[in-house]
Amino acid sequence: MQKLTVDPSPHIYDTTSTSKIMLHVIIALCPSLIAAAYFFGGRALMLTGFCMLTAIVWERLCNIVMKKPNTTGDLSAAVTGMILAFNLPVTLPYWIAAIGTFVAIVIVKQLFGGLGQNFANPAAVARIVLMLSFTGPMTRWVIPFYDPDKIVTQATPLATRAETYFDLFIGKTGGSLGETSAAALLLGGIYLIIMRVITPHAPISFIATVYVFSWFFDQEPLCQILSGGLMLGAIFMATDYVTTPISAAGKIVFGVGCGIITCVIRFWGSYPEGVSYSILLMNIITPYIDMAFTAKPFGAVKPDTGEDSK
Amino acid sequence: MKINGIKLKHNKNTAACETIDLPIPERVFVPMSQRMGKGCEPIVKKGDRVLVGQKIGDSDKIKACPAHSSVSGTVTGITEVLHPSGKVTKAVIIETDGKQEMSPDIKPPVITDKESLCMAVRESGCCGLGGAGFPTHLKLNYNEQRYKVDTLIINAAECEPYITGDHREMLENSDDIITGIRLIMDTLAIENTYIGIEDNKPDAIKLMREKAAEYDNINVCALRASYPQGAEKVLIYNTVGRTVKQWELPSDVGVIVLNVSTVGFIGSYSKTGIPLISRRITVDGDTVSTPCNVKAPLGTPISEILKFADTDLDNTYKILLGGPMMGICIYDADMPTPKTVNSILAFKKPEVKKNELIGSGQTACIRCGRCIKACPMGLMPTYLEKAYDKHDTKKLEKLNVGLCMNCGACSYVCPAKRPLAEKHQLAKALLRR
Repeated sequence: MQKLTVDPSPHIYDTTSTSKIMLHVIIALCPSLIAAAYFFGGRALMLTGFCMLTAIVWERLCNIVMKKPNTTGDLSAAVTGMILAFNLPVTLPYWIAAIGTFVAIVIVKQLFGGLGQNFANPAAVARIVLMLSFTGPMTRWVIPFYDPDKIVTQATPLATRAETYFDLFIGKTGGSLGETSAAALLLGGIYLIIMRVITPHAPISFIATVYVFSWFFDQEPLCQILSGGLMLGAIFMATDYVTTPISAAGKIVFGVGCGIITCVIRFWGSYPEGVSYSILLMNIITPYIDMAFTAKPFGAVKPDTGEDSK
Repeated sequence: MKINGIKLKHNKNTAACETIDLPIPERVFVPMSQRMGKGCEPIVKKGDRVLVGQKIGDSDKIKACPAHSSVSGTVTGITEVLHPSGKVTKAVIIETDGKQEMSPDIKPPVITDKESLCMAVRESGCCGLGGAGFPTHLKLNYNEQRYKVDTLIINAAECEPYITGDHREMLENSDDIITGIRLIMDTLAIENTYIGIEDNKPDAIKLMREKAAEYDNINVCALRASYPQGAEKVLIYNTVGRTVKQWELPSDVGVIVLNVSTVGFIGSYSKTGIPLISRRITVDGDTVSTPCNVKAPLGTPISEILKFADTDLDNTYKILLGGPMMGICIYDADMPTPKTVNSILAFKKPEVKKNELIGSGQTACIRCGRCIKACPMGLMPTYLEKAYDKHDTKKLEKLNVGLCMNCGACSYVCPAKRPLAEKHQLAKALLRR
């Protein structure tokens, strides 16, 4: 008889794992990727693949330099690369995209301690950094079905409002490659909710806040929620586990905060888009939101107060 | 308020397996102490002939529950065995003669009041048969001045996977359960009894409802099958809606909780006077070829019970006493059966799928919050783990780590495979220091 193993309970585990959760997110992003390939051509696939690859390479290089075990298997770097690609215009040169994934993986994630330790959403920060550093290439949004030889740039629909609501919904509009098709993003979001990867609290409160705020200030609420990076931000970035609150109430506060900041930037700021800024700002106050909504222990007695005890 | 819980795969493979008597083993090692409560000293010596039900270990301490011989035969020595908790306890080795001659001391107890009930229960050697093994007479012997106990709760939730012992107890021994309940209610003047059964045992719920129908004050509660439904505080809240606060006992809210097999034993003991000398054990697991419920004499080596169930011991990697969520691993398959064992599970080494591209091992916490949603005590396991890693005792106390009952729900659901429950136990040990 072989030697028996002794270890602490429990002795059975759920089959879920970090990698599986990340894989679910990648699957959920696929409808939008297909939509992007349809509207913007094969370069959308190439750019997304390039971002995922470089994100994984940066992560592995960090592991090697920091003498840490290989963490690329958890697929979180691939997810970050994919979400960042969705935030980029399809015409962006590859070397700028590589800088974006460097910022996301090396600076925002690994320098703060890797998975679970970063306080800000890597993709949101990378988008902001690229936007500020390479404003020209980052705003070369093209119209759908564009001719690669004659790039006609178009301002974001937030600035022009030329499309019908249906065009905005299916994604037949200019914009970053993965953010235009609200329908595909919603499909991915529903998949994540069904697979119990995310809860609908943050996305719904984010989108609803933008809707109500826009309606209140007479700013075409439907156009506001269907255009720009709102759907992508609300469904895939405001639900990032690491940088958003844990509790349901906290997630709602996070979503409402994001919604208000987005609208304020869109209506009165100098930038047409504010989703990534709003997510970054709310990421920063996430620890405080978490502190305000802690779980209530069952039958807990506060230490050192004689009042509660008999 | 709804208490958190998790869904588990029940694996109740033995629910339809009627209890089989284990053949009397050649030798038994009757341990002198259970997991909780004070240990006994052997009162027999080498060469003595002992009979079934004869008291062979006792203590002058009221807290200890005595040990009885489960077989008839000859004492061949007193040895020391390693208890699964890691403690060393004395055990009486008895060479069996196969006659199973009953001791003449066995006679039904005379129970008239609380004192005689508690004494009788102590003499029977009864302790909690659900797993924790708290001496039952101490539970019954509560301080009447301090506690107003009006409710008896019978724990028949059996929320751990695999185990079906309590389920079989209800199907096979329902009359004794009712007798036990009536005895305790009448002697302790308890007003109401609630039998809490998880709704994955509809046949047991139906039968117990039928048996309890003639008494208005015995109620059967069908509880949602959610782990850990059978945890004492959870069960009390879900049956009578009372909250047992931290550091409190169930009697602080007027409740006594007894396991259904314990109360069934008390019922049969009050009729026959046969002390606790055998118990029902579920034998299951992936190296067990014939999963079954056996009635095994106490002190039988665990390996004999496993062999009876055709276990492939050569490929067994882990043996658990208790369920897979809270069970304890044992070091030695030949250790004797204590009173608290409700199941023996044997597993082979899990196959680890090596997949380099998609990892399946431990990662850093990704703050998904699944542990917080799982914790029945409303704790925040991920924060507790971080506080323990820093040995931040103030934070641990603030986060009420003392409420953790080690149900393991947090570790079970964690996608990052963090050893959360383990860290909580270490944290509690740290605070005790």
